[in-house]
This record gives sequence, C-alpha cells and structure tokens, in this order.
Amino acid sequence: MTLPYVPNTAADRQAMLAAIGVASVEELFADIPSEFRTGELGLPPALSEPELVRELSALAGRNRPVDGMPCFLGGGAYRHFIPSVVSEVIGRSEFATAYTPYQAEISQGTLQTIFEFQSMVCELTAMDVANAGMYDGASALAEACLMAAGVSGRRRIALLSTLHPHYQAVVRTYAFGRGLAVDVLPPDGLALSEEHACLAVQQPNFFGHFLPDAEAVGRAVHAAGALFVVSADPISLGLFRPPGEYGADVAVGEGQSLGSPLNFGGPYLGLFACRQEYLRHMPGRIVGRTSDAQSRTGYVLTLQTREQHIRRERATSNICTSQQLVALAATVYLAAMGKQGLRQVAELCYHKAHYAAQRIARLPGYSLAFDGLFFKEFVVRCPRPPSEVNRALLERGIIGGLDVSQYVENGLLLCLTEMSTCEEIDRLVEDLAEIGGSA
Amino acid sequence: MSSGPKTPDIGARLTFDLSKPGRRACALPPCDVPAAELPPPQLLRRELNLPELSQVDLVRYFLALSRLNYSVDSGFYPLGSCTMKYNPKVHEKLASLPGFTGLHPLQPLATVQGALALMYDLQRWLADITGLDAVSLAPAAGAQGELTGILMVKAYLTDRGEEGRTRVLVPDSAHGTNPATAAMGGFEVVTVASDSQGNTDRQALASALDDGVAALMLTLPNTLGLFDPNIGRIAEMLHRKGALLYGDGANLNALLGRARFGDMGFDIVHLNMHKTFSTPHGGGGPGSGPVVVKGYLAPYLPTPVVGKEGEGFVLATPERSIGRVGAFYGHFGVLVRAYAYLRTLGVEGLRQVSDNAVINANYVLARLRPAYHLPYDRRCMHEVVFSGSRQRAKGVHTLDIAKRLIDYGFHPPTVYFPLIVDEALMIEPTETESKEALDAFCDALLAIAREAEEEPQVVKEAPHTAPIGRLDEATAARRPVLRWRREAGDES
Amino acid sequence: MPSPADRRYTKEHEWVRVEDNVGTVGITDYAQDQLGDIVYLDLPSPGTQVKQLNKLGEIESVKAVSDLYSPVSGEVVAVNQEVIDRPELVNQSPYEEGWLVRLRLADPAEVDNLLTAKQYDELIAQARET
Repeated sequence: MTLPYVPNTAADRQAMLAAIGVASVEELFADIPSEFRTGELGLPPALSEPELVRELSALAGRNRPVDGMPCFLGGGAYRHFIPSVVSEVIGRSEFATAYTPYQAEISQGTLQTIFEFQSMVCELTAMDVANAGMYDGASALAEACLMAAGVSGRRRIALLSTLHPHYQAVVRTYAFGRGLAVDVLPPDGLALSEEHACLAVQQPNFFGHFLPDAEAVGRAVHAAGALFVVSADPISLGLFRPPGEYGADVAVGEGQSLGSPLNFGGPYLGLFACRQEYLRHMPGRIVGRTSDAQSRTGYVLTLQTREQHIRRERATSNICTSQQLVALAATVYLAAMGKQGLRQVAELCYHKAHYAAQRIARLPGYSLAFDGLFFKEFVVRCPRPPSEVNRALLERGIIGGLDVSQYVENGLLLCLTEMSTCEEIDRLVEDLAEIGGSA
Repeated sequence: MSSGPKTPDIGARLTFDLSKPGRRACALPPCDVPAAELPPPQLLRRELNLPELSQVDLVRYFLALSRLNYSVDSGFYPLGSCTMKYNPKVHEKLASLPGFTGLHPLQPLATVQGALALMYDLQRWLADITGLDAVSLAPAAGAQGELTGILMVKAYLTDRGEEGRTRVLVPDSAHGTNPATAAMGGFEVVTVASDSQGNTDRQALASALDDGVAALMLTLPNTLGLFDPNIGRIAEMLHRKGALLYGDGANLNALLGRARFGDMGFDIVHLNMHKTFSTPHGGGGPGSGPVVVKGYLAPYLPTPVVGKEGEGFVLATPERSIGRVGAFYGHFGVLVRAYAYLRTLGVEGLRQVSDNAVINANYVLARLRPAYHLPYDRRCMHEVVFSGSRQRAKGVHTLDIAKRLIDYGFHPPTVYFPLIVDEALMIEPTETESKEALDAFCDALLAIAREAEEEPQVVKEAPHTAPIGRLDEATAARRPVLRWRREAGDES
Repeated sequence: MPSPADRRYTKEHEWVRVEDNVGTVGITDYAQDQLGDIVYLDLPSPGTQVKQLNKLGEIESVKAVSDLYSPVSGEVVAVNQEVIDRPELVNQSPYEEGWLVRLRLADPAEVDNLLTAKQYDELIAQARET
C-alpha cells in the first residue's frame, strides 16, 4: 500500500536507481552494519484516512473536554474565549507549514507577525524589548533567572514561595544545569544577599493574589544589586499595572490565555521581555525592522550572534525551534481583542471571580484563605477535603478547582474567567453549599 | 512616469498603523454578575496601546502577510537536517477535535484517559522504533530534548560520584544546539574532528576520551548525511571509558524501520516530531522533542511519564527524576499529529519513508555532481552536502546561489552548515517530494551553475522576483528597531 | 596594498601602533574584509588589565563572532566611542578612524614578539592561497 505522502512510484524508483547507478535500494544502505539492521517492529497495521479518523475520534471520545461543562480550574492553564479569527489565521498553511524565517525575502509573513508580537508584548508588559517567544511560561521564567545569573555573575536564584510550584520545579531543573543554587523565600521574609542574581515573583501569584507593594519589592531587589523578574498573567495586564512600571528588569509569562486552547498542557507560549540594557543577553529569536535596496520596509531575524547557530557553546541559550504558531495566535488574539477588548476580558474575569468569592465566603464552613487584591483565582478553605468536594462536583457535571490542600488546609483554588456565566457560578455556589452541608 | 497606484509597502503598515479608536474585531457579552469595586487607580494601568481593528481589516491584513510566505504547501524546501516533509491535513482536523483541545492538564485523570492512552502508546512506539526502553514526551523541542538528555547524564553521573566527568565531546560537524546544550548543562565542550571520509576520526576520539568525559553527542546519520559504519566501535570505546553515548535524532528519517539507535549502543536519544514525524513547522514552532533512553536511565526521566495501573493510565514520577522541564506534560497538540502519523505509516510505512528519502537524496547527488563539488565522495543517506567552492572561483558564493534559487521558485537549501564544509550547501529532499519536483530543483541548480560561469552578476544580485529584495541585515543589527513606535520613525 | 609599516601585527590579525608607551590597537584590513559588515563591538572598559595575546573583547558581524586578542600587555586607557556608535567605521577605516582601544604598555619589549608589516603580509598572502 503506497502512502499518500510518498509520490514515488515503482517506475520512478527504477529510473532513479538507474541514474544513481545501483541495482536496488538495499545498496544505498550498505554503510549500516548488518548486525544493526532491524527486523520486526511492533507498530499496529497502517490505517487509511477514514479508519484513522474513526480511531482518533474514539480516543478523543474517551475524554471529557471542559468546554461542555462549567469549569473552575486554573492553576497555570486557563479556559478563555478564543475568537474565530485566530483559528482562521493560524490555519493558513502559509503560516502553519512555513519553516523558520532564515531566508527573509520569502518569509516576510512570519517575520512581520513576529515584529507585531514583540511590539504587543512590549506594550502589555511596559518593557523595552521582547523576543519572539519561548516554550512556555515556566521555561521562560527559568531562562530569565539564568540570564540574570549570567548578567550579574552571581550564583544564587531567589524565588518567592508563592510562584506556581511547577514553575519553581522548572527553574530548579535549569539551575541544576548551570550549577546555580535556588532559594525559595517566604513573602514576609524577603532577605536577599549579595549572592542573589535575581528575585522572581508571580503576579498574580499561584493563589491569585498580588503583592501588596510590588514597587517596594523591586526597590529591595535592586538595593541588593539583583534583577527583579516578574512572571505576569497577560490577561491581568489588560487591567493592572504592568511590570515595567514597577521596576521589573525582566517580564515573563504564559501566553496560552491569549488565543490558545487548553490542549492538555501544550503547546503553550513563553513571553519574554526585558530592559534595553539586557538586549544582547536575551535568549530566543528577535526580529528587527530594516529595508531592502528599493527602500521597501522589511523584517529580518537580527542579533543572531546571541544564538546557538553562531555562538554555539557561548550562546545565550540553546533554544532553536520555539512556539511561532502559538505566538501568531497570541498576536491575532491581541489584535482582535484590541485595547478595549482585552480590558473588557480582564474586567469580566475580575468581577466574576469577586462575585464567586463573595458568595462562597458566605457559605457556612467555607472561608477565603487570603486577604488582599486578587484576580481570576482565589483559594477557598472547604469544610471537607477538596478532593471530596471536586469528586462531588464532578458527579454534578462540574469541573471543580485545583486541590491545594498541600499548601492551605482544605484549600481549593478556584478560577473564574469570562467564560463562566452567572448561572454557572450560582449553580456552583448552590452545589458547594450542598456538598458542605453534608459534612 | 506613471502616477498610478504604487506597490504598497506592506511592511510599513502594521496593525498599530491600521488602528482606529472605536473599532473592534470581536464582541464580548456584558458582565452578568454584580460588578465588584475596582482596585484603586494606582494599581491599575493608565493606558494600553493595542490596536483597534474591525474584523475584515484584521483578516485582510493577516492574509496579505500569509501570501508573502513560502511554505511546504507552496513548494519544496530542500533544507538539510530539517526534514521539511509534507504535513498531512487529516492531522490538523484530528488535532482540533474538542476531545483533545478542550482538555485541561489538571482535570481529573479519569476524565482524560483517551489522551493518556494516546501518550502511552506513542511512548511505546517511539521506544520500539529507536530500540530503546523508556520515553519522556515532555520536552518542547529538539533543543529542550537535548537539554533533558544532558541533564540526565549529569544526574546519573552525579549519583555515581562521578562529578569529575566535566567534558562533553561534540563532533566538528555538530548542529549549534549540541555545544550550546552541553554548556547549559554545565559541561565543557571539546570538539572532535571528522576524518576525510566524513566519519568521526577515531584517533581524535581516542585521544580526547579520558575519565573526564561524560558523553559524546553524535548525530547519526551525521550532518553530512553520512552513516558512520564504525558506530558500534565508537559506542564500545565510550562505554569502556565509562562515558555515555548521546544521540541527536534529527536525521532519523534515514533510519526509520531500518536501524535502531539502541542496537548501536546509544544510551539517550532525542527525537524531533516536527522533522521525522511530519508535524508542521509553524514558522518556527511548536515542535516537540521526546527523549528515549536505555532502561538504566529511566529513573532519571523528567516528570511526569504516562504509566499504566491496571486498566487505567496514570501520570508517574520517575524515582530519580531530573524534575520538570515544562509546566505540564509536553506538547500534546503536536503529539496527536505524530501519533496519527504513526497510525498511518504502520511498520511497512516506516520503510517506505526511509527508502524513498534515501533514494531521493542519492538521486539529487547523482544529478548535481557534474556541476557542484562533492566534498565527501561516497553514498549519502537522506541528505547530501555539496560545496559551492567551484562557483566561488567565479566570485559567486553559496549565499548568492541560495538567493538565485528563490527566483526559480525554490526555498534555498541549508547553507554554510555544517561548518566543516567550505561554502556548504546541504540538501534534504525527504520522501514526500516527487521525481518531477526533484528534477525541476536539480535543473534549476544546474542552470544556476551555468549562470555562475556565464553571467555571474544575475546570481550575485538575486533574488530578483521575491516579494522583497535582500535586506540590510547590517543596519538591523547595528541600530536595532525591534518594536513598533507611535511616531512611525525608524528610531527605536 | 601593503599593510602600514608604522605598526606591528599579531597572527590573529590585530595591529598595534606605539607612541610614548601608549599602544593604539585595531584590526587589519584583511580581518575586516573576512568578517564582513561589523555590527557590534564588545570592548573592555578603561582600567582593565590585559595580557599579551589574551582575549580583549569580541567583534560581531551579522553572521559571526570573533574574539579580539590584545597584541600587548597593559592597562586600557581609552576606548573609541566612535566605533561603538558606528561599527561600520572599522570596515571603512580599520587603520585610522576604526581604532578600538588604547593601552598603556606594561612591557615595551613585548612589541618585538609581534610580526612586522612585511611578515604579516606574507602570512595573509599564504592564507589567501589556500
């Protein structure tokens, strides 16, 4: 059975083998020692397209996607509205099947959209320069910490304990490579030493809350001679003060909320922006604007001497392929939502989360775990273990929150985006009341 | 002089320039809950400079940009070591199924058993194809797969008290990510020369190989498109010295269904879903770089891996795991496509891929060798490296040849890599190109070789027909303009 | 065009011209031609101590990075801000306006270890043949 993806016919192969000067294709593999020639492999038999669709649909059918249900789960991945124009644009095969834009003359589509993306990330974060994107928010944070170490020459990384635990884990993995130490500091015990290259914080933090005084933290970090790294939720930046305005040296974040589906955890998108003075230390690709001999405006990959293909072991990072199509989705999302739309999304998240929090806090047995300003997520102390609460909610056709009892006793992290209706929230409150009542 | 409509300078008008206050491309519902009190103004942002466009302008803008791009769907990409094969469209449809896209990574495992089953099977098949034992699907790209592998080497050696192994050996033909990765792993990089046949020079390897070496990173076939028949001996040399053999699996397309890394003695290999396994390049990602390892290294894999417990699938943490490399489990959306590809190929399909990939590359070699210098005069595997040195004698560089190919309707091959070949031109046809496409490509390169002899200027000033001419990269690097600015000047 | 006789050269294509124990350092015409359009210079600040033939800084073109080696040991006393702002000066005038740094020599005798203009021209003639 010839694959639809292999055009060569037997006749083609004959002609080509003759031109090459061999009798059979086996001769072309002569360099492989016979003891390494493979026998049988255990793949299932090949499927035709209709069979493939049936098989994969069945697999998909064994899952319960959150779109069909009320869902209050956050924790680093968010169900936000994705305008149809996003899938329309990233579905264009001229974008989807294009290679990395090393040949600028025939890649202006990709290059110009990257320039747009960089511009938008700078506007969102109020930073000077942004790159074309990194793998995800967690690895972007890790690379920011490595960059801080490289720039400062210091060997310790400080993380605020309220950073997403998975993000902390990724920083540790990357730090291990470079032999850097990682210190996790509590919010009320911020003591930085001269050995710290940076302090990394998350805004809002893993529990949905903001630093009471981010500017003061920034000042303390700078007083210690370290870099201030902020991981910010991009939707929150539609409403709240951006990191560039309160002293951040590097702003990173997770761009999945900007036009990408949940996709069971990936592919997502790392946002990375920093101050002008760190430009040449920034990892990742960067696109710059220039012109051709006819003075037409064009875009090119620039400052490539930072990267692995030129600097090799002295590169700012080993990153090569990143997340271009996901960055394109984010670009279209931000252009589609625009100045008003992003603010509106942020406000909806804010109001819905506060409405839910207020109502749940009034239920007997439930209380809010933290005081202070929060956005999109908050932690509720439940009268029963959160695992039981979630199970009961699932039985009622609701995806509950994230069990954070590891950090907060009987703590449940709930997330509200613009996708949750008032009706769904009211239903959640009723169900929580019932579930709590049967303690 | 005609005063009619000029060709628009598309690059000069971004969404920000097309923006008009009050326009919108998407409407949102009003707030259906009582509004909470907003935080005090000093905590809020005062302005947000994002564009405001209507939907029609937005769509026209991005579609106009898309038309400036070359892509696999518009033509052949002969890029060596990139394996720019055709991206099957059914994969796009399947990867968009709500039963896949709508899954939150933290939702109850009982509600995502289909997704876990897919990942579990993919893990198994990648192990089988490579002849290795355990798999992590977590790394987001080849480079992250390399980093994962190198960190596993480091963790393994540290556990055995062998922190003294501080060096990683890398061939002079290696892709730049290899030394960059070794450095990120805290290792010192030592380059090992290739011999006149294009294989790893075993003398050089022997002298570099001492008790301070942690691993050798090898690409096989290498970046010259050549299979080193001494691979078994090389693996033995390393293992006898207590070092590991790391495999860069970028060129797996030549070996699918034919030979397995594990059988040859590799300990760790990373794979590229966006190369060998047909997932689309996206203009620079997302890819996916799973890591496959020998059983003794399984405990060090990043967390989590998909395991089976009775009839159900679970997420498990390997006992000595190097930790997380990403927030969640890897690029599931990309893995769905790779899974669909393997279900389409079956065992027989694997061989069809490697057979045709290797035939195609050797055919290109045969057709071009009369006109271009072939630095390593032997059969290639799935890619062939020529040198533009003969043309340089007429003042025509490989860069010029590459740009002239654009006028003939082709994307240039990989140029100036690997570094050990002067004026390198690396061509990988893949199995998804037809003989006619290859003939057209070879005809073009032969025509350019003639032009280099007879009218070199036309090559040196190419491209003449692309949407834009050669761009001023020097100014772009000297005085970088990296974002849009309101006054639409050229100052940053 | 023969290389200027009023200075000395390294095998790595740097030159130094000494006056009153202060050496002006730059790269040769051959070097700038090989590098192509120079886009960025990473030079040490005044006060930095360097040793002969140790790394002084880096020169970047669009597609390459090259290490810059110091022809002599000494202390950096001046850095050419002109080339920092306009790296193309190094391409246009490698021996005059495109100078990079000035060093106060630690050991004037070191200059004798370097190549003369004639020796340097022989070196690059050979390099061009291969």
